[in-house]
Amino acid sequence: MEADAAQYIGAGLATLGMIGAGIGVGNIFGNFLAGALRNPSAAAGQVGNLFVGAALAEALGILAFVLALLLIFAV
Amino acid sequence: MADPMHQFEVQKIVDLPDIPTPFGAIDMSITNATVAMFIAAGIITALMAAVTARPAVVPGRLQAVGELLFGMIDNLAEGIIGHEGRKFFPFVFTLFLFILAMNTIGLFLVFTATSQLAVTATLAIMVMTIVLFVGFARNGLGFFKLFVPSGVPGPLIPAIFLIEVLSFLLRPVTLALRLFGNMLGGHVALKVFAGFVVSLGALASTGGLGTLAILPAIASLGGVIALTALEFLVAFLQAFVFTVLTCIYLNDVVNLGHGH
Repeated sequence: MEADAAQYIGAGLATLGMIGAGIGVGNIFGNFLAGALRNPSAAAGQVGNLFVGAALAEALGILAFVLALLLIFAV
Repeated sequence: MADPMHQFEVQKIVDLPDIPTPFGAIDMSITNATVAMFIAAGIITALMAAVTARPAVVPGRLQAVGELLFGMIDNLAEGIIGHEGRKFFPFVFTLFLFILAMNTIGLFLVFTATSQLAVTATLAIMVMTIVLFVGFARNGLGFFKLFVPSGVPGPLIPAIFLIEVLSFLLRPVTLALRLFGNMLGGHVALKVFAGFVVSLGALASTGGLGTLAILPAIASLGGVIALTALEFLVAFLQAFVFTVLTCIYLNDVVNLGHGH
């Protein structure tokens, strides 16, 4: 197999890491919405925590994305 | 079709000579990245000067914008760091405005400074240096208590210590990569969809069965508009998240040992 082809396959496989980030971010927003509908008056105070949690979960998806970019452009 | 990565290339605008330092020569040329940062700094300075030029008890529109931004970050710093948050407010507020300005300028002009890993890594290293400095200045060697959470059974302490040190060292890495990856990914997606509009539109202009390509071209155009709206949200959100995480990391060392 040519090295170029392996590079692109590797980059494609790296994007699979985003599945985990998708599940994580979906969990956070889904649970926030479920909690916010039960007690809407407390929801506004938790928006900051919501975004921090989403950002932390998303960071892992970003790592997968950066890995894919590295495989294409830096290897 | 233009390469979607072309927009991230750093190009020299004014070529200045290298400055030799003990760590190797530093290229001082003015590039499109530096120009984008100059514009960001200029806009912030001009906005804040205009906001505070004629302060009134009942704020006008412009003053309300400034007070809104100021109040938001002030509440954030006070809420996370506590009553000592005011000390760190100037740093946190500057960081927030600078990142927000660079992100937003990237959507209006051609170059996004925060899509350069060098820029985001510098900001992240600066934040972690300040965290370390504040941590050692306030707690001395007690700083290392940060790595030993209270209530951990004795035999587990070495393992927990290693894990905590590792996670502390990964903080600047994720801080830099989050901002960089979000900006890079968003702008690549925008340009890829914009490329679809052009290439499908060109296919439609050939006539015959190819005319049908006008439908996906229109759908791509709608996608570009929706993505642009999303990117404005991301631009604000990432600046906000960077600021919140900076406050959390500062809180760790400011209120070490007596969480509030």
